[in-house]
Amino acid sequence: MELRIEDLLKLYYYLRLTRGLEDRVIKMYRQGRIVGGCYVGTGEEAISVGSACALAPDDVVAPSHRGLGVHLVKGVEPKEYMAQYLGRRAGPTRGKDGNIHFGDIRRHIIGFISPMADGIPVAAGVALAFKIRREPRIAVAYFGDGASSRGDFHEGLNLAAVLKLPIVFICDNNQYAYSVPLSRQMAVSHVADRAKAYGFPTVIIDGNDVLAVYDAIKGAATRARGGGGPTFVECKTMRMRGHAEHDDASYVPRELLEEWRRQDPIQRFEGYLREREVPEERLQAVETRVLQEVEEAVEFAEKSPLPDPSEALEGVFAT
Amino acid sequence: MAEMTYLEAIRQALWEEMDQDDRVFLLGEDIGTYGGAFKITQGFLDKFGEDRVIDTPLAESGFVGAAIGAALVGMRPVVEMQFADFISCAFDQIVNMAAKHHYRLGEPVPMVIRAPYGGRLHAGPFHSQCPEAWFIHSPGLKVVAPATPYDAKGLLKASIRDLNPVIYCEHKYLYRHAKGEVPIDDYVLPLGEADIKREGTDIALITYGAMVQQALEAADEMSQQGIEVEVVDLRTLCPLDTDAILASVKKTGKVLIVHEAPQVCGIGAEIAGVIAQEAFHYLDAPVTRLAAPHTPVPFSPPLEDFYLPNATKIAAKLKDLASY
Repeated sequence: MELRIEDLLKLYYYLRLTRGLEDRVIKMYRQGRIVGGCYVGTGEEAISVGSACALAPDDVVAPSHRGLGVHLVKGVEPKEYMAQYLGRRAGPTRGKDGNIHFGDIRRHIIGFISPMADGIPVAAGVALAFKIRREPRIAVAYFGDGASSRGDFHEGLNLAAVLKLPIVFICDNNQYAYSVPLSRQMAVSHVADRAKAYGFPTVIIDGNDVLAVYDAIKGAATRARGGGGPTFVECKTMRMRGHAEHDDASYVPRELLEEWRRQDPIQRFEGYLREREVPEERLQAVETRVLQEVEEAVEFAEKSPLPDPSEALEGVFAT
Repeated sequence: MAEMTYLEAIRQALWEEMDQDDRVFLLGEDIGTYGGAFKITQGFLDKFGEDRVIDTPLAESGFVGAAIGAALVGMRPVVEMQFADFISCAFDQIVNMAAKHHYRLGEPVPMVIRAPYGGRLHAGPFHSQCPEAWFIHSPGLKVVAPATPYDAKGLLKASIRDLNPVIYCEHKYLYRHAKGEVPIDDYVLPLGEADIKREGTDIALITYGAMVQQALEAADEMSQQGIEVEVVDLRTLCPLDTDAILASVKKTGKVLIVHEAPQVCGIGAEIAGVIAQEAFHYLDAPVTRLAAPHTPVPFSPPLEDFYLPNATKIAAKLKDLASY
C-alpha cells in the first residue's frame, strides 16, 4: 500500500520528534539536568511510530519503555514529556513517577510500569471491555524480548487467544534485555516461536522499516477489529544504547552495533522519502519544527514548578 | 428482611449489582458453567450470559491484569479468586499495577477481587491462608473483611461501587456457618467504618472476619462472670477505622486484638501501635494480641485447632486482662 506524501511526512515528523526529544534527554542526563534514569528507544523509533500511526484514534495502546513514539502519536506533547523527566508538576504524573512511566487513558494510553509484561494482560482486559461492549476498537500491547520470558506475557497472550480478543501484540525485539542477549532469554530463534503456541497468527518483520511496521500493524488491526482475534507481530531491531543511560552497554559487540547503525530507521526512511521525491524543503521543515518543539519543551519544563512536598500524600485513593 | 447465609448474601450482592449495572462483570476460574468452587455464581451464566460471566484460563495474574484493563476503560470487573491463597500468583498486578495507578496517573481503577480466605475447614497450607496484611501494606488498595451476612452484602455492594481496587476477603468458614437477617432490597454499607457488634465497658475486643463469632461467644461467657466485653468488628481493614478503635479503648481501658492471620506484622501490630501512640494514658493493661503462630496453616485437625484462635482461647486472654 503506497502512502500519500502527507502521511509519509507525518511518519517522518514523529520519527524525528521521538529521536529529537530522546537525544535531548540523553544530553541533559549527562549534564545532570534531569531527575533519575534515562530510558530511550534510539534506533527503535520505526516500531513505535509506524505502529501507532496505523491505529484508529480511539484504539488503546499500552506502550513499553522504548515507545515514546507511541505516546507522541497519541497526542502526548513534548512539553509534558520533558516536565515528566524533570519531575515537574506539569508532567503527566505530577512528579509521582518518572521518565517514560506515564499514560493517559483519556488519550487512550495505558501507563507503563517497571515490571515487564504487566501491560500485556492489562491491554487484553481493555480489548475484553471492547468485545463485551461491541465497540469497534482494539487494544495494542507493546513489550520487548525480555518481557516474553515473564508469565504475564504467556498469560496475556493465552487469555486473548481463548477469548478471541481484538488485540495486537507488538514485540520490540531489540535483542538485549539489559545485559542479557536473546540467546540467554530463550532457546528458540524468535519471540514469535513462543507466541505460536497460543494459536493465532504471528508475523516477523523488519522493525527498522517504518513502512513495513505500518503495513503489518494496519493488517493486524483490521483483522482484530473485524473479530478475527489477536495477531502477534515481532519487530526485529537492535537496542543501540544501554538499557538506560547509566549503562555503556560494553557487553554488546561493537560490530553488531555498527551493522545495525547502517540500518538506522530514520536514515532509511529519509532515503525512501527522497526516492518518492518528497521535496527537500518539506523534510527541512520537519527538522526545523522538531528542533523548535524540543527547545520549547526544555524551556517549558525547566521553568515549570516542582510539586509541593505535601502533594506526596495526595491521590492514593480515588474519591 | 430474610434470613440467609453469608454465602447467599454475597451471591445476592453480586446478582443485584450485575442486574442494575451493565458495567459489572465477573472473571475467574470455574465461575461459569460450574458456578464457582463454592457455588457463589451458580445460575449467573444463564442469567447474565458468557460476556459477563467469564471462565478464564488458570492464570491469576492474567485475569487480574485483564480486570485492571477493563476497569481503566469504564467497566466494573469483579474477579473471583478460587481461593485467596492463589492471589499471590497475581500479587504483582495487584500491588504494582492496580494499587499505584491512581496515585501515579489520577485514573481510577474500580475493581473488586473476591478472596475466599481463612481456615477451620481442614484444608491445609494452600487453601486456608489469610492474605489481608499483604495488601494492607500496599498503599492504594482497600481491604474489606465482613463477618456477618448483613455486612457481607452491604460491603460487597459498596466495594463494587467504589472507585478503587478492593480486596474483598470473604471467609470460607462463614459461607455456611454464618446466618442472619439481611434486607432483600438495595443497601450499601460504607467502607472504612467499624461496627460495634456488642457493647461493653470493661475490655475492648478488636477483631474481624470469622473471629467475630468467636469473640461474641467468648464475650457471652465473660458476661456470665460479670465482665462486659465490647466487640469491635473492623469490617474494613484499609482504610482502618482508628476512631472506633480508640473510642472503644478509651471507654474500656483494656484491649485484646484478635485475628486469624499470623501475629507477626499482622493488622493487630498496626492497631497496637495506633493505640500505644494515641491512647497510652487510657490504658490499664498491656495491649494484648491473640493471633495465629508464625507457621503455615497446618492441615490435620488437631494441628489446625491448635493453630487457630477460638472462643476458648479468647476467653482465656480476656480473663487474664480482666484480672490484670
